[in-house]
Amino acid sequence: MSLQALWVAFTTIVVREIRRFTRIWPQTLLPPAVTMTLYFIIFGNLIGSRIGVMGGFDYMQFIVPGLIMMSVITNSYSNVVSSFFSMKFQRSIEELLVSPVPNWVILAGYVTGGMARGLGTGSIVTVLSLAFTHLTIHHLPMVVATVILTSALFALGGFINAMLATKFDDISIVPTFVLTPLTYLGGVFYSVQLLPDFWQAVSMANPILYMVNGFRYGILGVSDVNPYVSLGMILAFIVVLAVVALRMLARGKGIRH
Amino acid sequence: MRNALEIEGLTKTYGDGFQALKGIDLHVAEGDFFALLGPNGAGKSTTLGIVSSLVNKTAGRVRVFGYDIDTQLAQAKLHLGVVPQEFNFNQFEKVFDIVTTQAGYYGIPRRQAAASAEKYLRKLGLWDKRETPARMLSGGMKRRLMIARALVHEPRLLILDEPTAGVDIELRRSMWAFLEEMNRQGTTIILTTHYLEEAEALCRNIAIIDHGRILQNTSKRALLQQLSVETFVLDTERELTEVPRLEAVSCRINDDGALEVDVEKGQGLNPVFAQLDRLGIKVISMRTKANRLEELFLRLVERNSVEHHEPEEGVA
Ligand SMILES: Nc1ncnc2c1ncn2[C@@H]1O[C@H](COP(=O)(O)OP(=O)(O)OP(=O)(O)O)[C@@H](O)[C@H]1O
Ligand SMILES: [Mg+2]
Repeated sequence: MSLQALWVAFTTIVVREIRRFTRIWPQTLLPPAVTMTLYFIIFGNLIGSRIGVMGGFDYMQFIVPGLIMMSVITNSYSNVVSSFFSMKFQRSIEELLVSPVPNWVILAGYVTGGMARGLGTGSIVTVLSLAFTHLTIHHLPMVVATVILTSALFALGGFINAMLATKFDDISIVPTFVLTPLTYLGGVFYSVQLLPDFWQAVSMANPILYMVNGFRYGILGVSDVNPYVSLGMILAFIVVLAVVALRMLARGKGIRH
Repeated sequence: MRNALEIEGLTKTYGDGFQALKGIDLHVAEGDFFALLGPNGAGKSTTLGIVSSLVNKTAGRVRVFGYDIDTQLAQAKLHLGVVPQEFNFNQFEKVFDIVTTQAGYYGIPRRQAAASAEKYLRKLGLWDKRETPARMLSGGMKRRLMIARALVHEPRLLILDEPTAGVDIELRRSMWAFLEEMNRQGTTIILTTHYLEEAEALCRNIAIIDHGRILQNTSKRALLQQLSVETFVLDTERELTEVPRLEAVSCRINDDGALEVDVEKGQGLNPVFAQLDRLGIKVISMRTKANRLEELFLRLVERNSVEHHEPEEGVA
Protein backbone atom coordinates (compact mmCIF):
# COMPACT_ATOMS: atom_id res chain seq x y z
CA MET A 1 0.00 0.00 0.00
CA SER A 2 1.13 3.52 -0.69
CA LEU A 3 1.94 5.87 2.15
CA GLN A 4 -1.28 7.74 1.53
CA ALA A 5 -3.29 4.52 1.55
CA LEU A 6 -1.65 3.47 4.82
CA TRP A 7 -2.60 6.80 6.33
CA VAL A 8 -6.22 6.37 5.22
CA ALA A 9 -6.31 2.87 6.74
CA PHE A 10 -4.78 4.15 9.97
CA THR A 11 -7.22 7.04 10.34
CA THR A 12 -10.11 4.71 9.49
CA ILE A 13 -9.24 2.51 12.45
CA VAL A 14 -8.73 5.48 14.77
CA VAL A 15 -11.99 7.16 13.74
CA ARG A 16 -13.85 3.89 14.18
CA GLU A 17 -12.42 3.51 17.68
CA ILE A 18 -13.29 7.07 18.67
CA ARG A 19 -16.78 6.63 17.26
CA ARG A 20 -17.16 3.51 19.37
CA PHE A 21 -16.26 4.98 22.73
CA THR A 22 -18.17 8.21 22.16
CA ARG A 23 -21.25 6.25 21.03
CA ILE A 24 -21.23 4.40 24.37
CA TRP A 25 -20.12 7.42 26.46
CA PRO A 26 -22.24 6.50 29.49
CA GLN A 27 -20.08 3.37 29.79
CA THR A 28 -16.78 4.96 28.87
CA LEU A 29 -16.52 8.67 29.63
CA LEU A 30 -19.08 9.20 32.35
CA PRO A 31 -17.93 6.66 34.98
CA PRO A 32 -14.39 8.03 35.42
CA ALA A 33 -15.79 11.56 35.67
CA VAL A 34 -18.14 10.48 38.46
CA THR A 35 -15.58 8.35 40.30
CA MET A 36 -12.86 10.96 40.17
CA THR A 37 -15.21 13.68 41.37
CA LEU A 38 -16.00 11.49 44.36
CA TYR A 39 -12.29 10.99 45.02
CA PHE A 40 -11.76 14.75 44.88
CA ILE A 41 -14.61 15.39 47.30
CA ILE A 42 -13.84 12.61 49.76
CA PHE A 43 -10.07 12.31 49.76
CA GLY A 44 -9.22 15.81 48.68
CA ASN A 45 -11.73 17.92 50.56
CA LEU A 46 -13.10 15.90 53.46
CA ILE A 47 -10.20 13.71 54.49
CA GLY A 48 -7.45 15.72 52.84
CA SER A 49 -8.10 18.75 55.00
CA ARG A 50 -7.19 16.63 58.03
CA ILE A 51 -4.11 15.10 56.45
CA GLY A 52 -2.35 18.37 55.92
CA VAL A 53 0.63 18.46 53.61
CA MET A 54 2.12 15.62 51.60
CA GLY A 55 5.38 16.03 49.70
CA GLY A 56 5.19 19.74 50.48
CA PHE A 57 1.74 20.28 48.93
CA ASP A 58 -1.93 20.24 49.95
CA TYR A 59 -3.14 16.68 50.00
CA MET A 60 -5.62 17.62 47.27
CA GLN A 61 -2.89 19.02 45.06
CA PHE A 62 -0.77 15.98 45.75
CA ILE A 63 -3.35 13.40 44.68
CA VAL A 64 -4.65 15.18 41.55
CA PRO A 65 -1.74 14.14 39.28
CA GLY A 66 -2.02 10.55 40.49
CA LEU A 67 -5.76 10.44 39.89
CA ILE A 68 -5.36 11.87 36.40
CA MET A 69 -2.77 9.20 35.63
CA MET A 70 -5.02 6.54 37.11
CA SER A 71 -7.83 7.41 34.70
CA VAL A 72 -5.44 7.64 31.75
CA ILE A 73 -4.05 4.18 32.55
CA THR A 74 -7.33 2.36 33.07
CA ASN A 75 -9.09 3.98 30.13
CA SER A 76 -6.28 3.46 27.63
CA TYR A 77 -6.14 -0.16 28.66
CA SER A 78 -9.82 -0.94 28.78
CA ASN A 79 -10.62 0.77 25.50
CA VAL A 80 -8.31 -1.45 23.51
CA VAL A 81 -9.00 -4.62 25.42
CA SER A 82 -12.77 -4.35 25.09
CA SER A 83 -12.84 -3.05 21.55
CA PHE A 84 -10.38 -5.55 20.13
CA PHE A 85 -11.79 -8.47 22.06
CA SER A 86 -15.33 -7.73 20.93
CA MET A 87 -14.05 -7.54 17.33
CA LYS A 88 -12.60 -10.98 17.86
CA PHE A 89 -15.77 -12.20 19.49
CA GLN A 90 -18.10 -10.88 16.78
CA ARG A 91 -15.54 -11.92 14.17
CA SER A 92 -15.55 -8.46 12.65
CA ILE A 93 -11.78 -8.69 13.04
CA GLU A 94 -12.09 -10.59 9.75
CA GLU A 95 -12.83 -7.28 8.04
CA LEU A 96 -9.27 -6.30 8.86
CA LEU A 97 -7.75 -9.70 8.17
CA VAL A 98 -9.01 -9.86 4.58
CA SER A 99 -7.84 -6.31 3.87
CA PRO A 100 -4.27 -5.35 2.96
CA VAL A 101 -3.67 -3.25 6.11
CA PRO A 102 -0.27 -4.26 7.53
CA ASN A 103 -0.18 -5.49 11.12
CA TRP A 104 1.80 -2.53 12.39
CA VAL A 105 -0.91 -0.16 11.11
CA ILE A 106 -3.60 -2.25 12.83
CA LEU A 107 -1.62 -2.07 16.07
CA ALA A 108 -0.91 1.65 15.70
CA GLY A 109 -4.58 2.32 14.97
CA TYR A 110 -5.86 0.49 18.04
CA VAL A 111 -3.22 1.96 20.30
CA THR A 112 -4.01 5.45 19.06
CA GLY A 113 -7.72 4.79 19.61
CA GLY A 114 -6.99 3.70 23.18
CA MET A 115 -4.84 6.77 23.72
CA ALA A 116 -7.65 8.97 22.44
CA ARG A 117 -9.90 7.64 25.18
CA GLY A 118 -7.18 7.60 27.85
CA LEU A 119 -6.08 11.15 27.14
CA GLY A 120 -9.65 12.31 26.61
CA THR A 121 -10.64 10.97 30.03
CA GLY A 122 -7.46 12.42 31.52
CA SER A 123 -8.48 15.83 30.17
CA ILE A 124 -12.00 15.53 31.57
CA VAL A 125 -10.60 14.63 35.00
CA THR A 126 -8.11 17.49 34.81
CA VAL A 127 -10.87 19.98 34.07
CA LEU A 128 -12.99 18.58 36.92
CA SER A 129 -10.06 18.85 39.32
CA LEU A 130 -9.88 22.58 38.63
CA ALA A 131 -13.15 22.92 40.50
CA PHE A 132 -11.39 21.69 43.65
CA THR A 133 -7.87 22.98 43.44
CA HIS A 134 -5.70 25.01 41.18
CA LEU A 135 -2.95 23.46 39.15
CA THR A 136 0.29 25.00 38.08
CA ILE A 137 2.57 23.22 35.73
CA HIS A 138 6.16 22.82 36.75
CA HIS A 139 7.61 21.19 33.62
CA LEU A 140 5.26 20.98 30.63
CA PRO A 141 7.38 18.72 28.34
CA MET A 142 7.65 16.18 31.17
CA VAL A 143 3.87 16.26 31.72
CA VAL A 144 3.13 15.75 28.03
CA ALA A 145 5.78 13.07 27.45
CA THR A 146 4.85 11.05 30.53
CA VAL A 147 1.14 11.07 29.95
CA ILE A 148 1.38 10.24 26.24
CA LEU A 149 3.88 7.44 26.67
CA THR A 150 2.02 5.95 29.62
CA SER A 151 -1.19 6.00 27.66
CA ALA A 152 0.51 4.28 24.70
CA LEU A 153 2.04 1.66 26.98
CA PHE A 154 -1.25 0.67 28.57
CA ALA A 155 -3.08 0.71 25.25
CA LEU A 156 -0.47 -1.80 24.05
CA GLY A 157 -1.02 -3.86 27.18
CA GLY A 158 -4.74 -3.88 26.47
CA PHE A 159 -4.08 -5.06 22.94
CA ILE A 160 -2.00 -8.02 24.09
CA ASN A 161 -4.62 -8.89 26.71
CA ALA A 162 -7.30 -8.90 23.98
CA MET A 163 -5.18 -11.12 21.72
CA LEU A 164 -4.79 -13.65 24.54
CA ALA A 165 -8.35 -13.49 25.83
CA THR A 166 -10.72 -16.27 24.85
CA LYS A 167 -13.74 -15.24 26.91
CA PHE A 168 -15.19 -12.07 28.40
CA ASP A 169 -13.84 -12.87 31.89
CA ASP A 170 -10.31 -12.74 30.51
CA ILE A 171 -10.61 -9.07 29.71
CA SER A 172 -11.41 -7.97 33.24
CA ILE A 173 -8.82 -10.07 35.09
CA VAL A 174 -5.86 -7.80 34.43
CA PRO A 175 -7.62 -4.49 35.14
CA THR A 176 -9.11 -5.83 38.39
CA PHE A 177 -6.26 -7.89 39.77
CA VAL A 178 -3.20 -6.17 38.36
CA LEU A 179 -3.83 -2.60 37.24
CA THR A 180 -6.02 -1.41 40.10
CA PRO A 181 -3.80 -2.73 42.93
CA LEU A 182 -0.61 -1.51 41.24
CA THR A 183 -2.14 1.91 40.76
CA TYR A 184 -3.36 2.18 44.36
CA LEU A 185 0.05 1.04 45.59
CA GLY A 186 1.84 3.19 43.03
CA GLY A 187 1.88 6.30 45.15
CA VAL A 188 -1.34 7.88 43.88
CA PHE A 189 -2.53 8.61 47.43
CA TYR A 190 0.74 8.83 49.34
CA SER A 191 4.42 9.50 48.98
CA VAL A 192 6.37 6.23 49.26
CA GLN A 193 8.74 8.03 51.59
CA LEU A 194 6.09 7.51 54.25
CA LEU A 195 6.61 3.74 54.01
CA PRO A 196 9.13 1.69 56.00
CA ASP A 197 12.34 0.95 54.05
CA PHE A 198 11.30 -2.56 53.15
CA TRP A 199 8.01 -1.52 51.58
CA GLN A 200 9.69 1.39 49.86
CA ALA A 201 12.01 -1.07 48.15
CA VAL A 202 9.09 -3.29 47.18
CA SER A 203 7.21 -0.29 45.77
CA MET A 204 10.16 0.52 43.55
CA ALA A 205 9.42 -2.68 41.61
CA ASN A 206 6.02 -1.29 40.64
CA PRO A 207 6.25 0.33 37.19
CA ILE A 208 3.16 2.42 37.76
CA LEU A 209 4.93 4.19 40.61
CA TYR A 210 7.40 5.62 38.10
CA MET A 211 4.67 6.87 35.80
CA VAL A 212 2.67 8.52 38.56
CA ASN A 213 5.78 10.15 39.96
CA GLY A 214 7.08 11.27 36.59
CA PHE A 215 3.77 12.93 35.94
CA ARG A 216 3.59 14.46 39.42
CA TYR A 217 7.06 15.84 38.90
CA GLY A 218 5.92 17.51 35.70
CA ILE A 219 3.03 19.19 37.48
CA LEU A 220 4.25 19.81 41.04
CA GLY A 221 8.01 19.48 40.67
CA VAL A 222 8.18 16.76 43.37
CA SER A 223 8.85 13.11 42.82
CA ASP A 224 9.91 9.98 44.70
CA VAL A 225 12.02 8.89 41.72
CA ASN A 226 14.09 10.46 38.98
CA PRO A 227 11.53 11.45 36.29
CA TYR A 228 13.98 10.83 33.46
CA VAL A 229 14.53 7.29 34.64
CA SER A 230 10.81 6.76 34.63
CA LEU A 231 10.50 8.11 31.06
CA GLY A 232 13.26 5.76 29.90
CA MET A 233 11.54 2.85 31.59
CA ILE A 234 8.20 3.56 29.96
CA LEU A 235 9.87 3.75 26.57
CA ALA A 236 11.64 0.44 27.11
CA PHE A 237 8.36 -1.23 28.09
CA ILE A 238 6.66 0.21 25.01
CA VAL A 239 9.28 -1.31 22.72
CA VAL A 240 9.01 -4.72 24.36
CA LEU A 241 5.21 -4.81 24.31
CA ALA A 242 5.04 -3.56 20.71
CA VAL A 243 7.36 -6.35 19.57
CA VAL A 244 5.30 -8.93 21.45
CA ALA A 245 2.02 -7.60 20.02
CA LEU A 246 3.36 -7.59 16.45
CA ARG A 247 4.59 -11.15 16.75
CA MET A 248 1.21 -12.27 18.04
CA LEU A 249 -0.50 -10.54 15.12
CA ALA A 250 1.87 -12.13 12.62
CA ARG A 251 1.16 -15.58 13.99
CA GLY A 252 -2.52 -14.79 14.04
CA LYS A 253 -2.72 -15.98 17.62
CA GLY A 254 -6.37 -16.42 18.49
CA ILE A 255 -7.63 -14.68 15.37
CA ARG A 256 -6.71 -17.06 12.57
CA HIS A 257 -7.13 -20.83 12.70
CA MET B 1 -6.00 -16.84 -20.32
CA ARG B 2 -4.75 -15.62 -16.95
CA ASN B 3 -5.91 -17.38 -13.86
CA ALA B 4 -7.75 -15.44 -11.20
CA LEU B 5 -6.99 -18.16 -8.69
CA GLU B 6 -4.43 -20.95 -8.62
CA ILE B 7 -4.29 -23.43 -5.79
CA GLU B 8 -1.67 -26.14 -5.72
CA GLY B 9 -1.18 -28.94 -3.22
CA LEU B 10 -3.13 -27.14 -0.54
CA THR B 11 -3.43 -28.94 2.77
CA LYS B 12 -4.83 -27.87 6.10
CA THR B 13 -4.58 -29.54 9.45
CA TYR B 14 -6.46 -27.70 12.19
CA GLY B 15 -5.04 -27.22 15.67
CA ASP B 16 -6.91 -30.24 16.98
CA GLY B 17 -5.12 -32.45 14.44
CA PHE B 18 -8.06 -32.74 12.06
CA GLN B 19 -6.98 -32.74 8.42
CA ALA B 20 -9.62 -30.72 6.59
CA LEU B 21 -7.78 -30.45 3.25
CA LYS B 22 -5.69 -33.27 1.87
CA GLY B 23 -4.00 -31.71 -1.12
CA ILE B 24 -6.20 -29.56 -3.29
CA ASP B 25 -5.47 -28.29 -6.79
CA LEU B 26 -7.78 -25.76 -8.31
CA HIS B 27 -7.51 -23.30 -11.17
CA VAL B 28 -10.08 -20.64 -11.85
CA ALA B 29 -9.68 -18.62 -15.04
CA GLU B 30 -10.16 -14.88 -15.08
CA GLY B 31 -13.78 -14.05 -15.92
CA ASP B 32 -15.07 -17.43 -14.83
CA PHE B 33 -18.18 -18.09 -12.78
CA PHE B 34 -17.08 -21.00 -10.67
CA ALA B 35 -18.90 -23.17 -8.14
CA LEU B 36 -17.25 -25.12 -5.37
CA LEU B 37 -19.69 -27.78 -4.29
CA GLY B 38 -19.57 -30.34 -1.55
CA PRO B 39 -21.48 -31.68 1.45
CA ASN B 40 -21.24 -30.17 4.94
CA GLY B 41 -17.73 -30.38 6.31
CA ALA B 42 -16.18 -31.10 2.91
CA GLY B 43 -13.63 -28.30 3.25
CA LYS B 44 -15.18 -25.52 1.15
CA SER B 45 -15.01 -22.80 3.79
CA THR B 46 -11.55 -23.93 4.80
CA THR B 47 -10.34 -23.57 1.20
CA LEU B 48 -11.92 -20.14 0.76
CA GLY B 49 -10.73 -19.12 4.23
CA ILE B 50 -7.14 -19.82 3.26
CA VAL B 51 -7.48 -17.84 0.05
CA SER B 52 -8.84 -14.88 1.99
CA SER B 53 -6.28 -15.01 4.86
CA LEU B 54 -8.79 -16.03 7.51
CA VAL B 55 -7.24 -19.46 7.91
CA ASN B 56 -3.52 -20.32 7.94
CA LYS B 57 -2.62 -23.02 5.46
CA THR B 58 -0.50 -26.00 6.40
CA ALA B 59 1.14 -26.50 3.01
CA GLY B 60 0.68 -25.64 -0.64
CA ARG B 61 0.57 -22.54 -2.81
CA VAL B 62 -2.17 -20.03 -3.46
CA ARG B 63 -1.99 -17.30 -6.07
CA VAL B 64 -4.54 -14.59 -6.75
CA PHE B 65 -4.05 -13.07 -10.21
CA GLY B 66 -0.51 -14.38 -10.02
CA TYR B 67 0.24 -12.84 -6.62
CA ASP B 68 1.43 -15.46 -4.19
CA ILE B 69 -0.19 -15.10 -0.77
CA ASP B 70 3.11 -16.02 0.86
CA THR B 71 5.17 -13.32 -0.76
CA GLN B 72 2.77 -10.71 -2.19
CA LEU B 73 -0.12 -10.91 0.21
CA ALA B 74 -1.14 -7.24 0.11
CA GLN B 75 -1.36 -7.30 -3.71
CA ALA B 76 -3.39 -10.49 -3.63
CA LYS B 77 -5.78 -9.01 -1.07
CA LEU B 78 -6.34 -5.84 -3.08
CA HIS B 79 -7.89 -7.90 -5.87
CA LEU B 80 -10.02 -10.05 -3.64
CA GLY B 81 -13.49 -9.49 -2.20
CA VAL B 82 -14.80 -11.94 0.39
CA VAL B 83 -18.35 -12.76 1.50
CA PRO B 84 -17.97 -15.26 4.35
CA GLN B 85 -20.46 -17.91 5.34
CA GLU B 86 -21.12 -16.47 8.81
CA PHE B 87 -22.14 -12.88 9.56
CA ASN B 88 -19.02 -11.11 10.68
CA PHE B 89 -19.74 -7.43 10.98
CA ASN B 90 -20.03 -5.40 14.15
CA GLN B 91 -23.70 -5.71 15.07
CA PHE B 92 -23.81 -2.23 16.57
CA GLU B 93 -22.41 -0.33 13.63
CA LYS B 94 -24.56 1.26 10.98
CA VAL B 95 -24.78 -0.18 7.49
CA PHE B 96 -23.14 2.80 5.80
CA ASP B 97 -20.31 2.95 8.34
CA ILE B 98 -19.58 -0.74 7.94
CA VAL B 99 -19.15 -0.41 4.18
CA THR B 100 -17.14 2.83 4.22
CA THR B 101 -14.90 1.58 7.01
CA GLN B 102 -14.09 -1.47 4.94
CA ALA B 103 -13.12 0.80 2.05
CA GLY B 104 -10.87 2.70 4.42
CA TYR B 105 -9.01 -0.51 5.26
CA TYR B 106 -8.13 -0.72 1.58
CA GLY B 107 -6.76 2.81 1.69
CA ILE B 108 -9.63 4.34 -0.27
CA PRO B 109 -10.03 8.02 0.69
CA ARG B 110 -13.19 8.96 2.52
CA ARG B 111 -15.06 10.72 -0.30
CA GLN B 112 -14.40 7.98 -2.83
CA ALA B 113 -15.32 5.39 -0.21
CA ALA B 114 -18.65 7.09 0.42
CA ALA B 115 -19.44 7.17 -3.30
CA SER B 116 -18.57 3.52 -3.76
CA ALA B 117 -20.56 2.53 -0.69
CA GLU B 118 -23.58 4.40 -2.02
CA LYS B 119 -23.25 2.70 -5.40
CA TYR B 120 -23.27 -0.82 -4.00
CA LEU B 121 -25.79 -0.18 -1.23
CA ARG B 122 -28.18 1.14 -3.88
CA LYS B 123 -27.55 -1.79 -6.19
CA LEU B 124 -28.23 -4.22 -3.39
CA GLY B 125 -31.33 -2.40 -2.20
CA LEU B 126 -29.89 -1.32 1.15
CA TRP B 127 -29.60 2.42 0.64
CA ASP B 128 -32.74 3.09 2.68
CA LYS B 129 -31.20 1.14 5.53
CA ARG B 130 -27.88 2.96 5.53
CA GLU B 131 -28.41 4.48 8.98
CA THR B 132 -29.68 1.24 10.52
CA PRO B 133 -27.45 -0.69 12.93
CA ALA B 134 -26.54 -4.03 11.38
CA ARG B 135 -28.22 -6.07 14.09
CA MET B 136 -31.61 -4.65 13.07
CA LEU B 137 -31.40 -6.00 9.52
CA SER B 138 -33.18 -9.15 8.39
CA GLY B 139 -31.10 -12.19 7.48
CA GLY B 140 -31.36 -11.53 3.75
CA MET B 141 -30.35 -7.90 4.24
CA LYS B 142 -27.32 -8.97 6.26
CA ARG B 143 -26.21 -11.21 3.39
CA ARG B 144 -26.55 -8.30 0.98
CA LEU B 145 -24.66 -6.04 3.36
CA MET B 146 -21.76 -8.49 3.29
CA ILE B 147 -21.84 -8.45 -0.51
CA ALA B 148 -21.79 -4.65 -0.62
CA ARG B 149 -18.91 -4.63 1.84
CA ALA B 150 -16.97 -7.15 -0.25
CA LEU B 151 -17.37 -5.05 -3.39
CA VAL B 152 -16.62 -1.59 -2.07
CA HIS B 153 -13.00 -1.72 -3.23
CA GLU B 154 -14.01 -3.14 -6.62
CA PRO B 155 -12.17 -6.45 -6.47
CA ARG B 156 -11.58 -8.47 -9.63
CA LEU B 157 -12.21 -11.75 -7.84
CA LEU B 158 -15.28 -12.12 -5.67
CA ILE B 159 -15.53 -15.12 -3.35
CA LEU B 160 -18.92 -15.94 -1.84
CA ASP B 161 -19.37 -18.68 0.74
CA GLU B 162 -23.03 -19.69 0.62
CA PRO B 163 -24.32 -16.23 -0.27
CA THR B 164 -27.92 -17.34 -0.64
CA ALA B 165 -28.27 -19.42 2.52
CA GLY B 166 -31.53 -18.42 4.17
CA VAL B 167 -32.50 -16.03 1.39
CA ASP B 168 -36.05 -16.15 -0.01
CA ILE B 169 -36.69 -17.22 -3.62
CA GLU B 170 -37.40 -13.76 -4.98
CA LEU B 171 -34.34 -12.26 -3.38
CA ARG B 172 -32.24 -15.20 -4.47
CA ARG B 173 -33.26 -14.60 -8.07
CA SER B 174 -32.33 -10.94 -7.80
CA MET B 175 -29.00 -11.85 -6.24
CA TRP B 176 -28.40 -14.22 -9.13
CA ALA B 177 -29.13 -11.46 -11.60
CA PHE B 178 -26.81 -9.14 -9.71
CA LEU B 179 -23.96 -11.65 -9.68
CA GLU B 180 -24.44 -12.46 -13.35
CA GLU B 181 -24.24 -8.76 -14.13
CA MET B 182 -21.04 -8.42 -12.10
CA ASN B 183 -19.60 -11.41 -13.94
CA ARG B 184 -20.56 -9.97 -17.34
CA GLN B 185 -18.71 -6.80 -16.42
CA GLY B 186 -15.57 -8.83 -15.82
CA THR B 187 -15.56 -9.83 -12.16
CA THR B 188 -14.47 -13.42 -11.63
CA ILE B 189 -16.84 -15.13 -9.21
CA ILE B 190 -16.34 -18.20 -7.05
CA LEU B 191 -19.22 -19.38 -4.92
CA THR B 192 -20.17 -22.28 -2.74
CA THR B 193 -23.75 -23.32 -2.39
CA HIS B 194 -25.90 -26.20 -1.29
CA TYR B 195 -28.57 -25.26 -3.83
CA LEU B 196 -27.41 -27.15 -6.86
CA GLU B 197 -29.89 -25.45 -9.15
CA GLU B 198 -28.04 -22.28 -8.26
CA ALA B 199 -24.76 -23.70 -9.50
CA GLU B 200 -26.51 -25.06 -12.58
CA ALA B 201 -28.12 -21.72 -13.36
CA LEU B 202 -25.07 -19.52 -12.77
CA CYS B 203 -21.78 -21.30 -13.15
CA ARG B 204 -19.65 -22.31 -16.07
CA ASN B 205 -17.19 -24.46 -14.18
CA ILE B 206 -17.67 -26.63 -11.16
CA ALA B 207 -15.46 -28.42 -8.68
CA ILE B 208 -16.83 -30.99 -6.30
CA ILE B 209 -14.99 -31.43 -3.03
CA ASP B 210 -15.51 -34.02 -0.34
CA HIS B 211 -13.46 -35.02 2.69
CA GLY B 212 -10.80 -32.52 1.77
CA ARG B 213 -10.25 -33.81 -1.77
CA ILE B 214 -11.41 -32.59 -5.15
CA LEU B 215 -13.54 -35.29 -6.77
CA GLN B 216 -14.31 -33.46 -9.99
CA ASN B 217 -13.15 -30.24 -11.56
CA THR B 218 -14.60 -29.59 -14.95
CA SER B 219 -17.09 -27.54 -16.91
CA LYS B 220 -20.73 -27.75 -16.01
CA ARG B 221 -21.50 -29.11 -19.48
CA ALA B 222 -18.95 -31.89 -19.23
CA LEU B 223 -20.24 -32.74 -15.80
CA LEU B 224 -23.82 -32.93 -16.94
CA GLN B 225 -22.85 -35.05 -19.92
CA GLN B 226 -21.62 -37.68 -17.52
CA LEU B 227 -25.22 -38.36 -16.77
CA SER B 228 -25.94 -41.18 -19.14
CA VAL B 229 -29.52 -41.55 -18.05
CA GLU B 230 -32.01 -38.77 -17.83
CA THR B 231 -35.27 -39.07 -15.98
CA PHE B 232 -38.49 -37.52 -17.31
CA VAL B 233 -41.70 -37.04 -15.41
CA LEU B 234 -44.87 -37.51 -17.45
CA ASP B 235 -48.29 -36.41 -16.24
CA THR B 236 -50.96 -38.60 -17.72
CA GLU B 237 -54.58 -37.73 -18.37
CA ARG B 238 -55.90 -40.59 -16.29
CA GLU B 239 -54.08 -41.63 -13.18
CA LEU B 240 -52.19 -44.86 -13.74
CA THR B 241 -53.03 -47.75 -11.48
CA GLU B 242 -50.22 -50.03 -12.56
CA VAL B 243 -46.82 -49.44 -14.08
CA PRO B 244 -47.09 -49.79 -17.88
CA ARG B 245 -44.82 -52.41 -19.38
CA LEU B 246 -42.46 -50.53 -21.69
CA GLU B 247 -39.72 -52.13 -23.78
CA ALA B 248 -36.11 -51.03 -23.20
CA VAL B 249 -37.00 -48.29 -20.71
CA SER B 250 -37.39 -48.56 -17.00
CA CYS B 251 -40.23 -46.61 -15.49
CA ARG B 252 -42.17 -46.26 -12.26
CA ILE B 253 -45.05 -44.32 -10.78
CA ASN B 254 -43.90 -41.67 -8.33
CA ASP B 255 -45.57 -40.47 -5.15
CA ASP B 256 -47.63 -37.91 -7.03
CA GLY B 257 -49.02 -40.55 -9.34
CA ALA B 258 -46.99 -39.32 -12.32
CA LEU B 259 -44.97 -41.63 -14.53
CA GLU B 260 -41.17 -41.44 -14.31
CA VAL B 261 -39.20 -42.78 -17.25
CA ASP B 262 -35.42 -43.28 -17.42
CA VAL B 263 -34.15 -42.61 -20.91
CA GLU B 264 -30.64 -43.55 -22.02
CA LYS B 265 -28.76 -40.74 -23.65
CA GLY B 266 -29.14 -40.93 -27.44
CA GLN B 267 -32.14 -43.15 -27.16
CA GLY B 268 -34.63 -40.40 -27.75
CA LEU B 269 -38.17 -40.09 -26.49
CA ASN B 270 -40.03 -41.21 -29.59
CA PRO B 271 -40.07 -44.94 -28.75
CA VAL B 272 -41.45 -44.13 -25.32
CA PHE B 273 -44.28 -42.07 -26.72
CA ALA B 274 -45.01 -44.63 -29.41
CA GLN B 275 -45.38 -47.35 -26.82
CA LEU B 276 -47.50 -45.20 -24.49
CA ASP B 277 -49.69 -44.34 -27.45
CA ARG B 278 -50.19 -47.99 -28.23
CA LEU B 279 -51.19 -48.67 -24.62
CA GLY B 280 -53.73 -45.85 -24.86
CA ILE B 281 -52.00 -43.68 -22.26
CA LYS B 282 -52.39 -40.00 -22.99
CA VAL B 283 -49.57 -37.75 -21.80
CA ILE B 284 -50.66 -34.20 -21.06
CA SER B 285 -47.39 -32.67 -19.90
CA MET B 286 -43.76 -33.55 -19.38
CA ARG B 287 -40.69 -32.21 -17.58
CA THR B 288 -37.22 -33.39 -16.76
CA LYS B 289 -36.89 -34.54 -13.20
CA ALA B 290 -35.70 -31.66 -11.08
CA ASN B 291 -32.06 -31.08 -10.85
CA ARG B 292 -29.82 -33.28 -12.82
CA LEU B 293 -26.78 -31.85 -11.14
CA GLU B 294 -28.17 -32.88 -7.80
CA GLU B 295 -28.38 -36.50 -8.87
CA LEU B 296 -24.87 -36.44 -10.19
CA PHE B 297 -23.59 -34.79 -7.06
CA LEU B 298 -25.22 -37.33 -4.81
CA ARG B 299 -23.84 -40.16 -6.88
CA LEU B 300 -20.29 -38.80 -6.76
CA VAL B 301 -20.32 -38.08 -3.07
CA GLU B 302 -21.91 -41.42 -2.27
CA ARG B 303 -19.28 -43.26 -4.27
CA ASN B 304 -16.56 -41.25 -2.53
CA SER B 305 -17.74 -42.08 0.95
CA VAL B 306 -17.99 -45.76 0.07
CA GLU B 307 -14.44 -45.67 -1.25
CA HIS B 308 -13.04 -43.73 1.66
CA HIS B 309 -15.00 -45.21 4.43
CA GLU B 310 -13.66 -42.74 6.91
CA PRO B 311 -14.10 -43.67 10.55
CA GLU B 312 -15.55 -40.32 11.64
CA GLU B 313 -18.60 -40.79 9.50
CA GLY B 314 -19.21 -44.38 10.46
CA VAL B 315 -22.95 -44.59 10.06
CA ALA B 316 -23.03 -48.13 11.41
N1 LIG C 1 -11.47 -24.18 13.56
C1 LIG C 1 -11.57 -25.48 13.30
N2 LIG C 1 -10.95 -26.39 14.08
C2 LIG C 1 -11.05 -27.71 13.82
N3 LIG C 1 -11.72 -28.24 12.80
C3 LIG C 1 -12.34 -27.40 11.96
C4 LIG C 1 -12.30 -25.98 12.17
N4 LIG C 1 -13.01 -25.38 11.18
C5 LIG C 1 -13.47 -26.39 10.41
N5 LIG C 1 -13.07 -27.59 10.86
C6 LIG C 1 -13.38 -28.90 10.29
O1 LIG C 1 -12.89 -28.95 8.97
C7 LIG C 1 -13.81 -29.63 8.12
C8 LIG C 1 -14.14 -28.75 6.95
O2 LIG C 1 -14.89 -27.63 7.41
P1 LIG C 1 -15.39 -26.52 6.42
O3 LIG C 1 -15.97 -25.43 7.26
O4 LIG C 1 -14.31 -26.16 5.49
O5 LIG C 1 -16.54 -27.28 5.64
P2 LIG C 1 -17.56 -26.74 4.54
O6 LIG C 1 -17.31 -27.53 3.31
O7 LIG C 1 -17.48 -25.29 4.42
O8 LIG C 1 -18.94 -27.18 5.18
P3 LIG C 1 -20.37 -26.42 5.20
O9 LIG C 1 -21.03 -26.75 3.91
O10 LIG C 1 -21.07 -27.08 6.35
O11 LIG C 1 -20.13 -24.98 5.40
C9 LIG C 1 -15.00 -30.00 9.00
O12 LIG C 1 -14.87 -31.35 9.37
C10 LIG C 1 -14.86 -29.11 10.21
O13 LIG C 1 -15.36 -29.73 11.35
MG1 LIG D 1 -18.70 -23.77 4.84
